[in-house]
Amino acid sequence: MSTHAPSHEDAFEAHHGHSHGHDAGHGTLKSYATGFVLSVILTAIPFWLVMADVLDSAVLTAAIIMALGAVQIVVHMIFFLHMNTRSEGGWTMMALIFTILLVAIALSGSLWVMHHLNTNMMPMSPEMMKNMP
Amino acid sequence: MTEFHQRALDKGQAPAFYLTEEHHPEGSTMLGFWLYLMSDCLIFAVLFATHAVLGRNYAAGPSPADLFDLPLVAVNTSMLLFSSITYGFAMLAMERYEKKATLAWMAVTALFGIAFVGLELYEFAHLLHEGAGPQRSAFLSSFFTLVGTHGLHVTAGIVWMFVLMAQVAKRGLIPENKRRLMCLSMFWHFLDVVWIGVFSFVYLMGVLG
Repeated sequence: MSTHAPSHEDAFEAHHGHSHGHDAGHGTLKSYATGFVLSVILTAIPFWLVMADVLDSAVLTAAIIMALGAVQIVVHMIFFLHMNTRSEGGWTMMALIFTILLVAIALSGSLWVMHHLNTNMMPMSPEMMKNMP
Repeated sequence: MTEFHQRALDKGQAPAFYLTEEHHPEGSTMLGFWLYLMSDCLIFAVLFATHAVLGRNYAAGPSPADLFDLPLVAVNTSMLLFSSITYGFAMLAMERYEKKATLAWMAVTALFGIAFVGLELYEFAHLLHEGAGPQRSAFLSSFFTLVGTHGLHVTAGIVWMFVLMAQVAKRGLIPENKRRLMCLSMFWHFLDVVWIGVFSFVYLMGVLG
């Protein structure tokens, strides 16, 4: 996905004489504005859903919040961090994919193990909890 | 001098000591800084995992719905979002070699960052005043650790912003300063990405119950 307006990239290339394989950190006014508008929309919807209590189902609201959050992270990656598969010869994308894999393992693993521990614990009432040392 | 270079000189060519391929000194810095951000991402991932595990353990204390002031969080989020776009404007001004505009947009970004940290500190002070400090419950411990770590990062980013403003004011938009500005750009936008996770998962999902 290319977010560079051709005229801007040409001007940049003429000024420096080199811009090959060096896309990280360069955006255009259009790409920043697009990212900003999308972010505002993607932030406003989940806040509105929770603050105005729009949906009856809490599970559905939670699913929408997490989905919009994930979409907004991708929007930020593309329009603000200028991620693409070409920058640094693809190594930034490789590092990102590896990190996402590690994050997925850490999150799902922690939740899975701790959920099992919780369900196998002795049941405890709030009163017992209050009197804990 | 080797025979190869002597022969090159005899032919009237410059001896080839260097790779003729184009070289980008800032290229490796960007990749290295990206790897740092990815490792920082892992720090936040384990803090999110901790909050996911402990976030419902209230120890008969206050829950997120009792504590969190969503309008304040919404204002806080908009501060960080505005600072992202103004830093983008600073980068655009930098690419046009407009030193004054770059400095001005950086100052605006720093102000939004300070507003964000200020609102967060106000929220923390309010929670502590209500007796909902990090020692109250496992939920509040993990909340303060996660949100506080993010706040510390933003504070470090603001300090970095002022250091770079001094550098740019003194030496102008030289390649070294452009490289530093691009590193801070990645750092600043990365913190905004982490904040998306914080407001979605900690605040909104927390209040939802």
